[in-house]
Amino acid sequence: MIIGLDVGGTNTDVVLLNDEGIVRQVKVPTNQTDLLHSVWMGLEEVTRDIPPESIHRAVLSTTLTTNCVAECKLTPVGMIVSSGPGIDPECYRTGEHYFAVAGSIDHRGREIQPVDAAEIEAIASRLRSEGVRHVGVAGKFSIRNPKHELQIEEILGSDFDYVILGHRISGNLSFPRRIATAHVNAAVYPTHKRFFEAVRDSLARKGFTFPIYVLKADGGTISFDTALDYPGQSILSGPAASVMGSLPFASDAEETLVLDVGGTTTDMAVLIRNAPLLDPVGIDMGGFKTLIRALKTQSIGLGGESVVRIADGALKIGPDRQGPAMAYGGPAPTVTDALFVLGQLSGGDVDAARRGLTPLAEKMGASVEEAADRIFDHACKTIMRAAADMIADVNSKPVYTVHELLDGYQVKPTEVLVLGGPAPYFAMRFAALTDFHVTVVPQWQVANAIGAALARTTCEITLFVDTERGIASIPEEAYYQPIKKDFDREKAIELAYEMLRQKALRFGAEPGDLDVELLEDVEFNMVRGFYTTGRIIRVRVQIKPGLIHQYRSIAGMLTSYCPIGARS
Amino acid sequence: MLRAKHKTGLVFFPAFDWAISPTHPEREERLLYTQDQVFEEGVTDIDGVFEFKPDIATVQDIRRVHFCVPDEWKVITESHLISAGGAKTIGISVMEKKVDRGFALVRPPGHHAMRVVHGARGFCNINIEAIMIEYLRRKYGVNRVAIVDTDCHHGDGTQDIYWHDPDTLFISMHQDGRTLYPGTGFHYELGGPTAIGSTINIPLPPRTSAEGFLYVTENVVRPILDEFKPELVVNSAGQDNHYTDPITNMLFSAQGYARLTELLQPDIAVLEGGYSIEGALPYVNVGIILAMAGLDYSKVQEPDYEPEKIKQSRDVTRMIETVSGQIMQYWGKRREYHEKSMNSGKEFSDRDRSVYYDTDDIMETQKERIRICPDCSGVVRIDSSTDSGRRILAIRIPRKACKKCSELGYEWCEAGASEDFGGIYLQDAVRDQYFAHKKN
Ligand SMILES: [Zn+2]
Ligand SMILES: [Zn+2]
Repeated sequence: MIIGLDVGGTNTDVVLLNDEGIVRQVKVPTNQTDLLHSVWMGLEEVTRDIPPESIHRAVLSTTLTTNCVAECKLTPVGMIVSSGPGIDPECYRTGEHYFAVAGSIDHRGREIQPVDAAEIEAIASRLRSEGVRHVGVAGKFSIRNPKHELQIEEILGSDFDYVILGHRISGNLSFPRRIATAHVNAAVYPTHKRFFEAVRDSLARKGFTFPIYVLKADGGTISFDTALDYPGQSILSGPAASVMGSLPFASDAEETLVLDVGGTTTDMAVLIRNAPLLDPVGIDMGGFKTLIRALKTQSIGLGGESVVRIADGALKIGPDRQGPAMAYGGPAPTVTDALFVLGQLSGGDVDAARRGLTPLAEKMGASVEEAADRIFDHACKTIMRAAADMIADVNSKPVYTVHELLDGYQVKPTEVLVLGGPAPYFAMRFAALTDFHVTVVPQWQVANAIGAALARTTCEITLFVDTERGIASIPEEAYYQPIKKDFDREKAIELAYEMLRQKALRFGAEPGDLDVELLEDVEFNMVRGFYTTGRIIRVRVQIKPGLIHQYRSIAGMLTSYCPIGARS
Repeated sequence: MLRAKHKTGLVFFPAFDWAISPTHPEREERLLYTQDQVFEEGVTDIDGVFEFKPDIATVQDIRRVHFCVPDEWKVITESHLISAGGAKTIGISVMEKKVDRGFALVRPPGHHAMRVVHGARGFCNINIEAIMIEYLRRKYGVNRVAIVDTDCHHGDGTQDIYWHDPDTLFISMHQDGRTLYPGTGFHYELGGPTAIGSTINIPLPPRTSAEGFLYVTENVVRPILDEFKPELVVNSAGQDNHYTDPITNMLFSAQGYARLTELLQPDIAVLEGGYSIEGALPYVNVGIILAMAGLDYSKVQEPDYEPEKIKQSRDVTRMIETVSGQIMQYWGKRREYHEKSMNSGKEFSDRDRSVYYDTDDIMETQKERIRICPDCSGVVRIDSSTDSGRRILAIRIPRKACKKCSELGYEWCEAGASEDFGGIYLQDAVRDQYFAHKKN
């Protein structure tokens, strides 16, 4: 059996799955100030009376990183950046302990200016004396040649609790994002370390020895140990959990839009041939633009518990929430109250919902029912408009070859999967408003936890080959090797796949789940004078986000399972 | 946090799958390192910098500018449509105020492409700036436009297209034509008989450095622009004046280009040449983008930048000062020259010339006739033949043509039918129409 756990803003959902579907599902309130407690409560309840040896793995999707960033509970980090010529590195200052140092590497990975060892030693001793225990090192073009970052690491020695090197984070270009990402990872490290150790100790005390995985923002998992090396990766894994949970229910449609209608927000994502679409560079979160691999998601401040009001004569929904719906004893009318008035929800105080909507209806000059219908309609249309914007944004992504531009590939989903609290009601209205084929994800209440449980391990690597310089490098893997002049594209792809598989297995992937994909593969002849002097080859490969093979079959069974206590 | 002072749009289209030939300077690799530098600097993440996907220009866009012989598809590839489309995207974004300014980092370039196109010249097939400008004129009613060409080569194509247009000021600074392709662009080339003073050429001696470029920008280009008062300033931002460029002889730098951009304040910049693909382009382009956005570029330098080593000689300085003085004198007398030309008593002015298409090895001979019209800039008739035996008639009725010039254009067209032309083409810029009649 396997466990999936998703810490949400309000509740923490946990499921226990076996080959036949959901064995048990648990919902516990999330205690934002003590996530460990929520996680532990969930795990304890879902494993009650279950023999430890029958559980094979658990995947946790937590808001730990997100909370640290949102609440500015970031540990002081010593950032050492070497930029060389370009935009002034002062523009990317991360805090007090930020040092722009000597050293420069150019776009081909050639050393332009060496590192000044004495300068780094002085910084190291200053950090030590100021009690800074966590350090990020980021160099411009370090992914083309990690030499300087490695030298700096060596000079820093073993005196620090955590040192992260920029080139290990991602093979993507962007020096400012490399700085920000190294910083985020270092800044959330101690919180994660405490949390991970506590979870592991608690489980061990109960005799559980199954491997634990963490869900990342890209919808993939990594082992607990690896997650601790790069704790930033679990940032915003919540939307990823839901998207992965919807995956078993996508039809064979080329492209699918996933809408997760929550209490205060609606999260959107796109599936292409049953795999979620990723952000091309990295996630933006709380003012941080990072290189962290993530699903391409969009969130709007409109959900079931968003407050409804008339402002300047126009209907306005959200983005704020003042509490639950009035039907559940809340203080202000919400979209959910409109659903009560329309008779689509029961189990709450319909009269309270009507009371809440009455003043709005008066302002609209409509009956309460009409007002409720308009509110609901407005909410659905706003969501669909935001979805259209997101798709337009995906389609406006620049391309850099004549072939791709003329080919003009455009994402055009034909199907919508809806999940989240009021999913079925929204689904019906979406179907009425659009031409999409709309489906409600079964088990939408725990799709997030199911998604976490079933997600497979993912990773990505980028291989750079420069035959003129005689170098092949895979920065994220600390691979930097000489190659012969005849090294070609075929060999490059082969090497990239091999290194990707090794990385995935190290990150905790099952050998049967290595669904590899070639993301980018370009080759340039280098001409100097009138002669071809070498080739530049770039290959990017990934393990596609998806579901673990072993449990793929349970999707069908989930459809027929009716959980006790589900509102419907 | 970096925030652009001026909202700046970028179109980046390196055409990674297009080359004139595998070892040609205009090849796939040309903007590879520039893209790396621009991406690594995180330029598109800067608040107020926006990257747009290029539009694809249409055949109609080309027909507003060129006579392509025998037709458009025989002289262009898709990549030319995207390159022109990218310039158009920036123009549209500026006109629609999505951004304050913009830079189209596109290839292939266009400033050597003239009005009549039989093939490729100086790596150019169609003039991407002119295609953009004529589109903006049609769509948004823009009238006065200035083009400042800072490529090392004389922008002879752009000059040719706007030679007879008094509403388009074309200024080109370039390495002296006696020492570099295409061998034109002398300071006395000032525009056609109805548009004298709307073409300004600033030939610079070889080994001119930042000092000289900035001198002419401040002392010639800026004052002329200020007087001309264009609604739009377009910079043909070639980067082959760089001290590391393999096909030219100048000593300009990334710092210098950025400063020049700051002085010029272009609304729209369009990349032209520049073939030092590793040592110059990555830094020059970042410098130009930052300068356009109004951001600090003081630390953008080539790895081997040593200002002392690329200083210009005193002789060079003196030559530049002299030529600048002459140009300003011409500029001061332009109205006088114009009067004289208009009152010459001739109804038509004729010129004969040859145009060589180096890339495609075609020699063209043109007989051009323009009506010296008191009411408009005059209808133009070009009788063009090539050494491959092709002969065509091309007639352009200008944007603000008077009735008489319009009628004459159509009359010339009809009369041409009885002559020995392989094709007759007519551009009616008043009605935004194009007629092509090919005999075979
Ligand atoms: Zn040039
Ligand atoms: Zn006229």
